[in-house]
Amino acid sequence: MVGRLVFDFFVFPGLFFTLGVGILASWVVRKVSALVQWRVGPPLLQPAYDIAKLFGKENIIPRGSTEWGFLIVPLLGPIGLLLASIILVKANYLATAFIGDIIVVLYLLILPALAVVLGGMSSGNPLSSLGANRELRLIAAYELPLLLAVTTAIVKTGGGLSLATFSSQWVAASFSGTFAFIASLLCIQAELGFIPFDIPEAETEIMGGPLIEYSGPLLGLFKISHLMALLVLPLFLITVFLGGFGTGWEALWGAIKYVLVLVVIILIKNTNPRLRSDQALKFFWYGAAPLALIALVMAVVGNLIGIAWL
Amino acid sequence: MTWTSWGISKSPWLYHVSTGSCNNCDIEIVDCLTPKFDVERFGGKLVGSPRHADVLMATGAMTRKSKPRFERVLEAAAKPYIVAAVGACACSKGIFHDAYNCVGPVRKVTKEVDEEIMVVNIPGCPPRPEAIIEGLVNGLQKLKEVHQ
Ligand code: SF4
Repeated sequence: MVGRLVFDFFVFPGLFFTLGVGILASWVVRKVSALVQWRVGPPLLQPAYDIAKLFGKENIIPRGSTEWGFLIVPLLGPIGLLLASIILVKANYLATAFIGDIIVVLYLLILPALAVVLGGMSSGNPLSSLGANRELRLIAAYELPLLLAVTTAIVKTGGGLSLATFSSQWVAASFSGTFAFIASLLCIQAELGFIPFDIPEAETEIMGGPLIEYSGPLLGLFKISHLMALLVLPLFLITVFLGGFGTGWEALWGAIKYVLVLVVIILIKNTNPRLRSDQALKFFWYGAAPLALIALVMAVVGNLIGIAWL
Repeated sequence: MTWTSWGISKSPWLYHVSTGSCNNCDIEIVDCLTPKFDVERFGGKLVGSPRHADVLMATGAMTRKSKPRFERVLEAAAKPYIVAAVGACACSKGIFHDAYNCVGPVRKVTKEVDEEIMVVNIPGCPPRPEAIIEGLVNGLQKLKEVHQ
């Protein structure tokens, strides 16, 4: 029993698997971006080299920072994503889901963003608090459409709150499901901090934002959290909207779905300029949220009068 | 070769410090990121904060005003790192050799702060992007040999 738990946490759906796929995914992001820009791009293990290097470097605790907060906060992101990954993968492969796990996962997915906010606030640098401020505003912007979209999926699948009911059907194969999927894809883009919504980290204006004072292993933990998010967030989308991963040979089809979602995210990243903070808020509240709301209404109406494709 | 020197040679993150250059060397550093030269092939990327940096790319002849700022950047960066003096000015003060307001070159100022920090000189006015990349790669190779 204990051995099983250790295996779960550290090897298969846990640390080893999440990090490994995250490193590959991060390489895909950088390589595809490089190809889009007509460059050669980094070697395969580049993200792993980056992490390994960061763990060998000096760790500076800046004067004027809240020391304990500064040290502990970077752990939040990897831990939250690790738990989310275990719940998601187990719901897909072993169908061991519990009632309400989708709500747990939604909460766990906010942890990395929260870690960035707390880290920025505790490092005592004006630019990093500015970045933390922007991150908070961004969370407020994208959480609303994301929750509406997920609610649409819950209505579509008949009100079950467990991930296992999602992974057995294609929610996106209906009009409301497609709208909700598009809205949540945009939210995922913001949650990953990719380009149209990389407002908090804006390297060209506030120099890395909340992470500006972090160095060495602590910065490495933030990078690890980003690697894991590259696996967990698309996996969440696939589980809820695209019929899950499946087992056995079907897992291959699941992997293709994952790569497709990732490439769409990368292409959005590479073909758009960064939005201003207020533009992002407007985009999510006046653009994505009404879209998700329409999807929700359509799903409820479709359920009431019994039209499956609505 | 230690773990850290291996790591730095595999993923050198560049931070760009201008110590009073004519802006020409700075543009050549940015050229290294363009599709034709692409330092990302070696894992390099430009970072915004000295805390993240592994290589400090210093340009210019080190004016009196910029010296204290440069020393503060050296203190802010996370060790170990190397300093690359890019351009004739940074290597030897170049055409500003006898100027009253320049206290450089970069190597001298860096060694005053800490004897241990390795400095790579990349000459040229301005050096071509190929030269900058070659200097960088050679410097990282050297770092691995020094930290046996
Ligand atoms: S080396 Fe030449 S190009 Fe570079 S800063 Fe000096 S004068 Fe300008």
